[in-house]
Amino acid sequence: MKIGVFVCHCGSNIAGTVDVVQVAEAAKSMPEVAFAKDTMYACSEPGQQGIIDAIKEMGLDGAVVASCTPRMHGSTFMRTVARAGLNPYMFEMANIREHVSWIGKDKVANTRKAIDLVRMAVAKLAQNKPLYSQSFSINKRVMIIGGGVAGIQAALDCADGGLQVVLVEKTTTIGGKMAKLDKTFPTVDCSSCILGPRMVDVAQHPNITLHASAEVDEVFGYVGNYQVEVRKKATYVNWKTCTGCGACMEKCPSKKSKDPFNELIGTTTAINIPFPQAIPKRASIDRDSCIKFKTGKCGICAKVCPTKAIDYDQQDEMITEEVGAIIAATGFDLMDWHVYGQYGAGRYPDVITSLQYERMLSASGPTGGHIKRPSDKKEPKTIVFIQCVGSRDKSVGRPYCTGFCCMYTAKQAILTKDHIPDSESYVFYMDIRAPGKMYDEFTRRAMEEYGAKYIRGRVSMVYPQDGKMIVRGVDTLAGAQVEVEADLVVLAVGAEGAAGSAQLAEKLRISYDSYGFFMEGHPKLKPVETNTAGVYLAGCAQGPKDIPSSVAQGSAAAAKVLSLFSKDQLQSDPQVSKVDLKRCVGCMKCAITCPFGAIKETEVRGEIKAQVIETICQGCGICTSTCRQGAIQLQNFTDNQILAEVNALLSSETEEA
Amino acid sequence: MSQKLRYAYYPGCSGQGTSKEYEQSTRAVCEALGMELVDIPDWSCCGSSPAHTVDHRLSSALSGRNLALAERLEGVSAILTPCPSCLTNLKVSAHKMKDPEFAAEVNALLDFPVRNTLPVKSILQAIYEDVGPDALRPKAVRLLTGLKLAPYYGCIMNRPPHIMEFDDHENPIAMDQLMEAIGAEAVTFPLKVECCGASFGVARRDIVQKLSGKLLDTAASNGADAVVTACPLCQMNLDLRQDQINVANNTSHNMPVFYYTQLIGLALGMTPSQVGLEKLEVSPMALLESLPARAEAQAQAAKKPASKGAQS
Repeated sequence: MKIGVFVCHCGSNIAGTVDVVQVAEAAKSMPEVAFAKDTMYACSEPGQQGIIDAIKEMGLDGAVVASCTPRMHGSTFMRTVARAGLNPYMFEMANIREHVSWIGKDKVANTRKAIDLVRMAVAKLAQNKPLYSQSFSINKRVMIIGGGVAGIQAALDCADGGLQVVLVEKTTTIGGKMAKLDKTFPTVDCSSCILGPRMVDVAQHPNITLHASAEVDEVFGYVGNYQVEVRKKATYVNWKTCTGCGACMEKCPSKKSKDPFNELIGTTTAINIPFPQAIPKRASIDRDSCIKFKTGKCGICAKVCPTKAIDYDQQDEMITEEVGAIIAATGFDLMDWHVYGQYGAGRYPDVITSLQYERMLSASGPTGGHIKRPSDKKEPKTIVFIQCVGSRDKSVGRPYCTGFCCMYTAKQAILTKDHIPDSESYVFYMDIRAPGKMYDEFTRRAMEEYGAKYIRGRVSMVYPQDGKMIVRGVDTLAGAQVEVEADLVVLAVGAEGAAGSAQLAEKLRISYDSYGFFMEGHPKLKPVETNTAGVYLAGCAQGPKDIPSSVAQGSAAAAKVLSLFSKDQLQSDPQVSKVDLKRCVGCMKCAITCPFGAIKETEVRGEIKAQVIETICQGCGICTSTCRQGAIQLQNFTDNQILAEVNALLSSETEEA
Repeated sequence: MSQKLRYAYYPGCSGQGTSKEYEQSTRAVCEALGMELVDIPDWSCCGSSPAHTVDHRLSSALSGRNLALAERLEGVSAILTPCPSCLTNLKVSAHKMKDPEFAAEVNALLDFPVRNTLPVKSILQAIYEDVGPDALRPKAVRLLTGLKLAPYYGCIMNRPPHIMEFDDHENPIAMDQLMEAIGAEAVTFPLKVECCGASFGVARRDIVQKLSGKLLDTAASNGADAVVTACPLCQMNLDLRQDQINVANNTSHNMPVFYYTQLIGLALGMTPSQVGLEKLEVSPMALLESLPARAEAQAQAAKKPASKGAQS
């Protein structure tokens, strides 16, 4: 075998602390090496051409590039090698930048380590074999999980692009958090007026199938060919016949039911449609508060329903949807702010969340758009907004900034003045984060035109006294303690991944962080992809973001799906596991350990053997380390290849000793 | 109680002087509840506030000496002290000595080493956890029905939470529940763990007058007849300095400030002098004498809405 070695300077990135000429010189004496050279920028156009020319002129069988990480330029050089007429897998990379030059200053030691890494890469390449991709066809339907504004945008963009869309929503209506908002910043336009028409578009679009009151139960398959088990949760109303007339709501005697849409500040009926613009506009029964379910007596809704849609015996229904790609747009929930004992931990009725306040401001909310404090229903005159409750606070395990609270607090302060002209708003803040278009101008308006009093500092304690809420905090600009006698306290509670997001991530086999947010493929360059092919992210599920960003990411995810589906066939990655039938004893331990379900049992001449489903295998290699016989091997990372690397490393050590 | 409750007892210096009535009522109540207190022999100062502001090692050695002495007592399950300040010093030094390096430095200063085997608890924690409100209730022969109390725990009884490891550090409820078990009512008191001004009473009396004044104002506005405390310094600031506070703030509080052990003692049938009520600066006698009449009125009031409900 004839191997070429190319050692990159990367300007001074590598050459500054590694003697690259010496590395190339040392490589010349390594086994199978026929050519070695240093190059200024291996990834540049002349750099790549140099590699191609050397392969062709010298008749090389493979190339080692000693430069940066495979994640950075692995695929670049594989394409280079392919352009020179070789199989792209006849290539190895030695990372002498991140693993050597960037982390050590000792040039002699660095050079020695770089030579070791090159020797290992050469030893492995000598064992490499050409690998070939397979083509497989894809199912051009897309599932979007979550019907908030990001999911709605993604659904409409995909559907307008001609794709069949399946939209799965956990609650009984789409709209998400945005549907709960009264107005939106920085334009103060009505939230439901701009979202409502989009929701109607979803309902009417011929390419969109909407499953509301439904959740993803299980996900099978792989990019291009997913099978998703969807559980349609019982609503006890036949949605095919329900017309959304609302007669049942008028007559339902259980009027004190919990109202999650109104963030529990109002009550609703046991059978209800969450809000007038709900899509689908269908009623559903809350089992926990329905008298029929609790006592067996009632049945009034069934009597008044003009279409006889009530079905108390309805069961959950399982359906399977086959799709080629999935967009997770499951949004956020507020963190449990009751950990804040100093704000009363939920003991004081007049300390509420910003989302509850939003429902109070909304004309279609439980107070009809009148601000009334929960304890005595009186109109508050002094309102204190506390920012960063569960944001940027390591003491409660929330070190990150939720990002949109500064803006909605400014909006709420403005709306408060509109609703109650003789009111006074105080905002306790840490910093004002308003880096969007027209955002900073907006917060200045809240202060300058609407007279909101901004106090830079944290609140140490909120407690009731004589019918008021005493808010004690510090004004760090004045260097003084301050106390405000408030009628109502609104907490800007931070966001975390929506309830159940971790479980969904496990089903989708994508990564998530400790706050329930899904991990994108790359923090800068792959903001909507995940590390699982065919699964994309949109909206707050990936991290807290405001409406414009959520909509943008919804469109971006749709664009990714449309580009994926622009091909009729996909190429599989040949770096998958392969079973040596002679060695396999059929113990099937590999199948048990495989996290992707990529190994199935098969029979060959009467004997049980393991078989890898190549399109499902993700190439993680767990099966390889499980197999006692060494029968299952991950292609391009076989035991022999890894041992060759280890031997190369150890042989250099014995030489030195 | 299945097993005998036996503890090492660290009285603390306040109990020998300014809070004799706390010490006296603590011993009486523990005896009545079957909690045996074995005084740590030859106990010494815990270091109080000055020691740890100067040297952590020496401060820990002062408390460490007492911990080591207590560990040599036989058959004791914990070290108890009534004073939150002593408690803090004992607990902080036990906590810091979990670090072997620090423990070695402290032990080098001691005659014999601290083994760090016994938990340190307040008397309040021991009564709340080892006896408990449910066991206390049937023992109360004279319920304090009609007495409205502001339960004031002070700033250090529960804080910092990872060292004190008892009750909620923002809204503790142990004393509330014990007081309710003996028939009294714990009113809403949001300043349960606020600062009273502590030892600033000597150097900056105005600070104590402001902070303790706020505590009394809040207790009164929430309908309390009296404050119940678990700390000698809190009690002194609120009780002994109540006249000063009234003058400085132009208020007219006449609010008795009890130790919770005094009230438990009364409920267990002890006489006022057995629990040292005469030591209190603001006399609680008139208030306590009014209790039977209040209890009667409360019972009448409770009947009315019930009969109304029956009619409709």
